[in-house]
Amino acid sequence: MMALRELSSLEKSLGLKNPNKYCTQGDKKVPVLHSNNGPSLVGLVTIATHLVQEAKRPELLGGSAEHKALVQQWLEYRLTKVDGCHKDDIKTILKDLNSYLEDKVYLAGNQFTLADTLMYYGIHHIIVDLAIQEKEKHMNVTRWFDHVQHYTGVRHHLPPVVVLRNRVYTSGHH
Amino acid sequence: MKLFVSDGNPHCVKVLAVLEFTGVKCDVKHVNHEERVVPYLSRPALPALLLPSGTHLFSPNSICQYLIELNGQESSDIVNQWLEWEATELQPAVMHALHMVVLQGKGAETPRVLQGPLSYLDQSLSQRTTLFLTAEMVSVADVVLWAALYPILSDSSLVSGNQTLQLWFERVGMLAACVSAAQTVLQGKGLKAESLKTYLQRQPTTHHGQGQVQGRGTQPCNSPEGDDDDDDCVLSEEEIQSAAVTWGKGLTDLPMVPERQHPILPQEGKRNVLVTSALPYVNNVPHLGNIIGCVLSADVFARYGRLRGWNVLYVCGTDEYGTATENKAREEGLTAQQICDKYHAVHASIYQWFQVDFDFFGRTTTKKQTEIAQNIFWRLHERGFLLEDIVEQLRCEACQRFLADRFVEGTCPFCSYPEARGDQCDKCGKLINAVELREPTCKVCSQTPVVQSSKHLFLDLPKLEAELEQWLERSTGSGDWTANAKQITRSWVRDGLKPRCITRDLKWGTPVPHPDFSDKVFYVWFDAPIGYLSITANYTDQWEKWWKNPQQVELYNFMAKDNVPFHSVVFPCSLLGAQDNYTLVNHLVATEYLNYEDTKFSKSRGVGVFGDMAKDTGIPSDVWRFYLLYLRPEGQDSAFSWVDMATKNNSELLNNLGNFINRAGMFVSKFFESCVPAMALQQEDKRLLAQVGWELKQYINLMDRVKIRDALKCILNISRHGNQYIQVNEPWKKIKGDETDRQRSGTVTGVSVNVACLLSVMLQPYMPTVSHTIRQQLNAPPSVTGTLLQGTGNFVCSLPAGHHIGTVSPLFQKLESEQIESLKKRFGGQQPKTTAQPDVNAQPATTPASDPAAQTAVNGADAERARELTLAVAEQAEKVRTLKGQKAEKTVIGAEVTKLLELKKQLSLAEGKDPEPVLTKGKKNAQPATTPASDPAAQTAVNGADAERARELTLAVAEQAEKVRTLKGQKAEKTVIGAEVTKLLELKKQLSLAEGKDPEPVLTKGKKNAQPATTPASDPAAQTAVNGADAERARELTLAVAEQGEKVRTLKGQKAEKTVIGAEVTKLLELKKQLSLAEGKNPEPVLTKGKKK
Repeated sequence: MMALRELSSLEKSLGLKNPNKYCTQGDKKVPVLHSNNGPSLVGLVTIATHLVQEAKRPELLGGSAEHKALVQQWLEYRLTKVDGCHKDDIKTILKDLNSYLEDKVYLAGNQFTLADTLMYYGIHHIIVDLAIQEKEKHMNVTRWFDHVQHYTGVRHHLPPVVVLRNRVYTSGHH
Repeated sequence: MKLFVSDGNPHCVKVLAVLEFTGVKCDVKHVNHEERVVPYLSRPALPALLLPSGTHLFSPNSICQYLIELNGQESSDIVNQWLEWEATELQPAVMHALHMVVLQGKGAETPRVLQGPLSYLDQSLSQRTTLFLTAEMVSVADVVLWAALYPILSDSSLVSGNQTLQLWFERVGMLAACVSAAQTVLQGKGLKAESLKTYLQRQPTTHHGQGQVQGRGTQPCNSPEGDDDDDDCVLSEEEIQSAAVTWGKGLTDLPMVPERQHPILPQEGKRNVLVTSALPYVNNVPHLGNIIGCVLSADVFARYGRLRGWNVLYVCGTDEYGTATENKAREEGLTAQQICDKYHAVHASIYQWFQVDFDFFGRTTTKKQTEIAQNIFWRLHERGFLLEDIVEQLRCEACQRFLADRFVEGTCPFCSYPEARGDQCDKCGKLINAVELREPTCKVCSQTPVVQSSKHLFLDLPKLEAELEQWLERSTGSGDWTANAKQITRSWVRDGLKPRCITRDLKWGTPVPHPDFSDKVFYVWFDAPIGYLSITANYTDQWEKWWKNPQQVELYNFMAKDNVPFHSVVFPCSLLGAQDNYTLVNHLVATEYLNYEDTKFSKSRGVGVFGDMAKDTGIPSDVWRFYLLYLRPEGQDSAFSWVDMATKNNSELLNNLGNFINRAGMFVSKFFESCVPAMALQQEDKRLLAQVGWELKQYINLMDRVKIRDALKCILNISRHGNQYIQVNEPWKKIKGDETDRQRSGTVTGVSVNVACLLSVMLQPYMPTVSHTIRQQLNAPPSVTGTLLQGTGNFVCSLPAGHHIGTVSPLFQKLESEQIESLKKRFGGQQPKTTAQPDVNAQPATTPASDPAAQTAVNGADAERARELTLAVAEQAEKVRTLKGQKAEKTVIGAEVTKLLELKKQLSLAEGKDPEPVLTKGKKNAQPATTPASDPAAQTAVNGADAERARELTLAVAEQAEKVRTLKGQKAEKTVIGAEVTKLLELKKQLSLAEGKDPEPVLTKGKKNAQPATTPASDPAAQTAVNGADAERARELTLAVAEQGEKVRTLKGQKAEKTVIGAEVTKLLELKKQLSLAEGKNPEPVLTKGKKK
């Protein structure tokens, strides 16, 4: 169900006028796009990629071959690692993303892409639950997240997460 | 550009095949599986491609796409779709299958795992007219899928059928690129490649069935088996049969858990377990975080150990020496000893209230402490592990004393953080020598202290480092150390150990016996852990049988993570250096922190619940224990929240656990005269036994490894299974049927009450009182505890046919949201509102008006009609239950629920009651569009144009309006306001009726304004667009409908209360209607379907 929300938000942020018809299939509720011309498309990333092309915004899929590959990689990561992840995996995800984002503004480098949008949607529930201390620990992720949530037109169906810019977690427990 | 691959790694087949296929030039490097090529990933990931820019790609599919792209081919939607399917559906199934075949030799089970994806692929191929997946030409999708399937499909014995798939597989496999990639990575041997086995062995276990350790709760995100509670496919026929066999064994003559006889001493041939929890510092009242961090966790484990028949000794006590006590004494005008006496009693009574079952709760200010600490000191001294040094110390002239670390604050010399403590900087975490602080201030009087030197003794940690490391390796390797404990210890040792001062210029402490240091005492971190020994010595003279007996004794230390270094490094060094065969910690169990409503506990700000206040809340000790343990910060910090506590109490304890145990007991007492009926097990019953047995094994497995919070979930899972079992089998109905039905009812009741009995045992460590109450109610034989938790757990029939149970009564009480709100205020300090607000409000207080008995007091309105309606309600309720049991379609259930609510309302009216309570509680936001006062009888009753009633109503309307205004003024939650508005409109409507007016106009108006945020169409703008078939709005509504549908499904899955579900169903129908309107359709069909019939 979340996937449909995401796609709807994506449609809006891409400025697509006519809403598409979706449904879901299988236990995992994989989204399906029914289109009038051509076969239906299955899978969140596939559909999202298709929407971006439909909206004539190819830059969102990455400019160069390298960037395209990075976008695809993080889209896949979102689906296979972030979605439905167990709480034990959360640490690893945050840690890995944090060190990846160390020297990058966005997931594919310096350009905002579809990977940022979908990763943002997918990781939102994790970030919402982080304690301030954990947010500070994963500074790069938090910074990226804040960036993306304020990127024009991205944050549609999700509540904003407050990110403090100065560190507040100063003391231990007592 | 460089491609890293490893032998035997099936993912590498993909990239090598595509590399050759495209002919792109690229170095290939073969590395070890373990090699961390991608610098930013914490686990090794192969294959990996180093891009010209210096970034790494680690996703095999993205690498393939990249290579293809370099070759000048764009990927299409359909290629993307196949790659996505491969990554999300096929790959997890393939990995699961490979694990089973290669590592577990369970080839026979692969079809089950792979059937879904394989037949999907087969069908898709059959429907195409092209030779390959996406075209007449091979695409990257073909190569990737082929490579993924290569190990499995190259072994024809594993999967049969799927002819089209087989043909396609062979066709792709003829490509030279594929042949050579398979040769390179798997030596062309497919599944039989030795390197594949090696590769798989190194992968983290990801699927259940591999090592019970993982269990259902820890499935990876992409496991093919889906949801956690989807256990239908987990149980094999053998497991089910063996559960039935175990069950049949009944209680054996296994020894009961023996009464504890003090003093408890280690025994030959027994598992001797010594449990300690970090000694709480005496000068403060402990808060919930302290309690869960040490004493409560240790208590659960100690209780569990005793149930398992281990020989457990659990000791703890208050840590009483130190400056803080001296200070407190000064504050309160008492001597240090008096302060300790006073607070020791406070601690003891708090732990007693929390039912912490120490074998001995002592204190550190005893003669034994002095004896043992001095003895260890001399031994260290004799063996040359102590150093003398001149120490510069901060002394506050105003306070006339040396300042302990915690009484100095200043600027961190490393990171310039201004509020660094005297021993450690909270910001950069570095340890600090207090004299190194810049701009130090005395925390007591804010004066600047001066530096004075005096001679002190140091424990020579560097000299003990090698021995420590050896021991650490053994202990952490064989024991259950929590991850944080290992990690903190590792970082301490890695940074290198330095000599550590063990003496202090204080009065209140254990005196240093050395004549050169006669005016000094031991520093608390040298002294305090020795408290474990001295407290045991105060318990028994034979304390050395525990503490100098590492051969026979296993030592568990429980603490919060800030205490780890002292238990894993400093104290073990003291004991190792003393060379007296001391028992060292085998299992170091450290929790993370518990926060309070997303902030920290703070005595000074009045934030949080402290041990002594818990009992004043009126919430039973067992419920506190349950919630704290449910939240236990295992692995990561957690936060106490009042609202969450109420939710967990109401949903888990009341509706799940309590409900099940109570129903099971009630059936026995009501239908079978308190005598457990005969049981003839059918397949379905055996399946439940197996499910329960599986959870029991999990529980034991987790508890053995001190995963206390996770083990609690097993208990709740069992009662969930139990509730479902009762719900499906309906013993209360079958008891009224024929002989076969009655027998069935007996079996289900008998099995259920036995599950309840098992739960009582499993609950004992967590909720001792509740556990005891259940066993009393069921009149359970004392030997149950011993038998059920033996070995890996045996779910046997412990209450056989003919067993008489006692009197059954409810175990838990609902926590009302008002009660919780007031507690939250009371303990909240000035807290900002928390973000997470579980919907306690959505829970109806009780199922209103559902009990016909309560309604006999009919108000004279129309007794006959009320009787009829009562019957109708009961019938309708039964119908809804049946439908749910049969998992009927949502719309069908929804329609029936709506009908039920309508009936209830009519009943209320007929009884002359104000129907509001039912409406507001049960349905809230759902009002009122779908439920107009359609019943003519009800209307006439109101319609009398009674002046008196009208006057009353006018007043009520005014009052209600005021209430709404106030709520709005206070910016209350929308749902709350919405409910009140609904009430207001209803009142207005009644007023209109009472005044003889046609209520309709009000209704329409009411519908507009009364809709709370969740139901769209609330703003006028949206309404104007209604007929315009506005796409935007339709989009929103489609989503809203889908979401609401999901919500209803979830609630049903959770077996939520009927009224709750009903309300949501009504909301759903309303949304659908609005959607129809927005799409320009006539909504009637939906409505009719929703309501009539």
